[in-house]
Amino acid sequence: MAAIALDVNGRKRQVDVAPDTPLLWVLRDILGLTGTKFGCGQSLCGACTVHLDGEPIRSCVTPVSQAARGRITTIEGLSADRSHPIQKAWIAEDVPQCGYCQSGMIMSAAALLAKKPRPQEKDIDEALGGHICRCGTYQRIRRAIHVAARATPAAAGFRSGTRPGGAVGGRENGGGR
Amino acid sequence: MSRFVSVSRRDFLRTVPAAGAGLVIGFRLLDGDGLEAGAAPRAAGAASAAAAPEPASAKESAARFAPNALLQIDTDGAVTLWTTKSEMGQGVRTALPMILAEEIGADFSKVKVEQAWLDPRFPNLDTGGSSSVRESWDPLRQAGATARALLVVAAARGWNVEPKECVAEKGEVVHRASGRRAPFGTLVAEASRLPIPKDPPLKDPKTYALLGRAVPRTDTASKVDGSAVYGIDVRRPGMLYAAVVLEPAFGARPGQFDDAAARQVPGVKRVVPFRRGVAVVADSTWAAFKGRDALQVRWNEDRKVREDSASLRERCLAAVEQPGKVLRSDGDVAAALSSAARRVEATYELPFQAHAAMEPVNATAHVTTDRCEIWAPTQTPSWAMGELRRTLGLPAEAIRINVTLLGGGFGRRINPDFVVDAAEISKAAGAPVQMVWSREQDLQHDYYRPCSLHRMRGGLDAAGRPIAWSHRYVSTSIGAFYNPETKEPESDELGGAADLPFAVPNVRVEYSPVDSRVPRGWWRSVESSFNAFVVESFLDEMASAAGKDPLRLRQDLLREPRRIPYPMPDVVLETARLKGVIDLVAEKTPWGAPLGKGQGRGIAAHYSFRSYCAMAAEVEVSDEGALSVRRIVAAIDCGRVVHPGLVAAQMESAVVFGLTAGLKSEITIEEGHVAQSNFNDYEMLRIDEMPQVETYIVPSPEPPTGVGEPGVPVVAPAVFNAVFAATGRRIRRLPPPSGGLKRG
Repeated sequence: MAAIALDVNGRKRQVDVAPDTPLLWVLRDILGLTGTKFGCGQSLCGACTVHLDGEPIRSCVTPVSQAARGRITTIEGLSADRSHPIQKAWIAEDVPQCGYCQSGMIMSAAALLAKKPRPQEKDIDEALGGHICRCGTYQRIRRAIHVAARATPAAAGFRSGTRPGGAVGGRENGGGR
Repeated sequence: MSRFVSVSRRDFLRTVPAAGAGLVIGFRLLDGDGLEAGAAPRAAGAASAAAAPEPASAKESAARFAPNALLQIDTDGAVTLWTTKSEMGQGVRTALPMILAEEIGADFSKVKVEQAWLDPRFPNLDTGGSSSVRESWDPLRQAGATARALLVVAAARGWNVEPKECVAEKGEVVHRASGRRAPFGTLVAEASRLPIPKDPPLKDPKTYALLGRAVPRTDTASKVDGSAVYGIDVRRPGMLYAAVVLEPAFGARPGQFDDAAARQVPGVKRVVPFRRGVAVVADSTWAAFKGRDALQVRWNEDRKVREDSASLRERCLAAVEQPGKVLRSDGDVAAALSSAARRVEATYELPFQAHAAMEPVNATAHVTTDRCEIWAPTQTPSWAMGELRRTLGLPAEAIRINVTLLGGGFGRRINPDFVVDAAEISKAAGAPVQMVWSREQDLQHDYYRPCSLHRMRGGLDAAGRPIAWSHRYVSTSIGAFYNPETKEPESDELGGAADLPFAVPNVRVEYSPVDSRVPRGWWRSVESSFNAFVVESFLDEMASAAGKDPLRLRQDLLREPRRIPYPMPDVVLETARLKGVIDLVAEKTPWGAPLGKGQGRGIAAHYSFRSYCAMAAEVEVSDEGALSVRRIVAAIDCGRVVHPGLVAAQMESAVVFGLTAGLKSEITIEEGHVAQSNFNDYEMLRIDEMPQVETYIVPSPEPPTGVGEPGVPVVAPAVFNAVFAATGRRIRRLPPPSGGLKRG
């Protein structure tokens, strides 16, 4: 066990854990930040994604000692009031179903948007390709990322295609494979 | 202050004790129907009966009062629906209150859903079989109409006008002539003193303001900020975390264990055996995991009975050669086959599948000598209740089961095994305990979709018309797993085969269960997930042999409207509605539109969970045999639609679930255990593989039917019929071998 200082969502936190403890379990079991999810424990599904200095990382395989070197942002810290453009777009597009994977999806999407205000389809594939949604919200995730991109100043004026006529929930930005 | 509202309407709406001065109406959602729909096993039914809680009072006992849902309107106008339906992504926390709000005339923004728990007020209601909206439809509307009638009478009395001059809308009763308005909250005290009206009229659907609209889901906000509480997020005072060692092969029982190393792991508090395995209890999940990895357990088992997929397949191949239980026999198939101008034969195979919900199996329990409280992501609190009573020897009133949000269900959380495990561990550890499985355990200790093998024989006459259809199949039956003495398949294993909808004069369908030690359960769309693939693929084979267009053949064989009995009581497939979704998909695709090089289009349709679904798939197969599913056009006829956005979401969801099982995932058995371990070898569809999905809904005045499952069975046959159109290669075993899609 060792005393480790963490910067989580802008707050300094002190934890006393084995240095090899994955950040995920420190967040969930010690700091009470349960919005970050356990999915696979092997960096295969993305449910545990948080930001370390703005970069998406898999907290299930990141030792807490390594995470102590930077600023950690979890879903709880993405915004105080669900006002991040990604969160707003997620709500507007009714993306989540069971919702369990969504914290990770949102963290990766937010990191993508920070880097690429107008992401192309392949950018979305790359940024979200490591994530699994068993409910199958991928189509809405893609749509919501484009909605968020359009809503952010850097991407103002960006317009894409229209919905397929008459279909319910058809993909707004068709193609993109 | 506690008070009673006098409620008396058949056995359905009754008086309930209420805290505060609100209007509370207890009512009964239909139950037991999930049994028919394949969602709850016979064992669950028995468990539920055994678990029926003692009535709250003799008075209630005399009245046989057992509501399983409550409607509450508070003095501030808030409307609350207490229901035991589990939210697992399908949207029950949006759809159910919509039905209620519409009928009351409530302001939907003031309507909320609370999770009821199993106590004498809420017995016996499970979530499964795509039945939540269907079985809540009438009771919710009747409860809503009752509340509306009471509120209207209360307002009318206050104004000294006739009730029929008043309407309820947007949370107020309005007297049209005078323009007077009274918010619901001001009326509940008076309303709760009124007698319950007899058969209050339901709203005319033409006046619906809310139903049929894609209002925002009620649960989205909590799912984008991390505040939603799933089973794994439950935190209780003094709670410890448990990791478990489970059987290394199906049927093995735990023996002695060496916990010396496990106890050395910092944070580990106790190591406790339980019926099924050994648990390491610690102050964090990670410490428990590390302790588990250090634990040595000896297992008692007969290694000779260990199964593997290869030998199981041999037994399936042998079993399918033998006649099975006849599920349907029209005409004379043998004679028709021998006289056929052309015969088609094929064997189809589908593997075990795991549910792989994103939230790994977990449950939290606090068991003391005389009480048990559970917090669990479960679909079947009533089955869990029965098992807990038996295991702990506690009466129902000493057990409380709190249902959390479910991080996916898909049928896995019907089985209550994990709830009982957590309770045993808590009791042994003497503390509140949260048991969390690893992903590997979640995949390797599931109740799997059965594997199945199908022998198909078809005959065409000289004009290319199908005249004979023989479908003989075997599976590691679900029914046989839960009823080992009878080995009888349950009706929910026969759907999609026995109810062949096509007008073929000679039909024979036979089924046999195959023994296995691999646990089986209800996997999203159950038997339809394999029967639809086989039936819809083989029909395409018949079309190909006849030189006919697969869409045209389906339309021809469904041209005359018929009613086909489904293998469940009182369930009937109407071929006209099946043709309706096929026609709609064909129109929207459109079926004859040109395609690019290497591309193909396929169609499939299926009836399940009382709904009709068709999909057209457009695929592209590269020269190297790489398959890309580009587009899915889906049509569903699920009766009246409560929320079209939820329907579209379930179609998108079904496509991903069906593509994952059709293209990627497979559970195999080696040395008595599951060979796959995590998402590296049990692969899921990813975002870059997601086709464009378009959903079209057939307008219908019929009562609502299933939505969560009916899309799944159609995906694989539509896709592989498209692969055949693109390549000439017929896929009869799922998932296809990699690189196996090169042109034939």
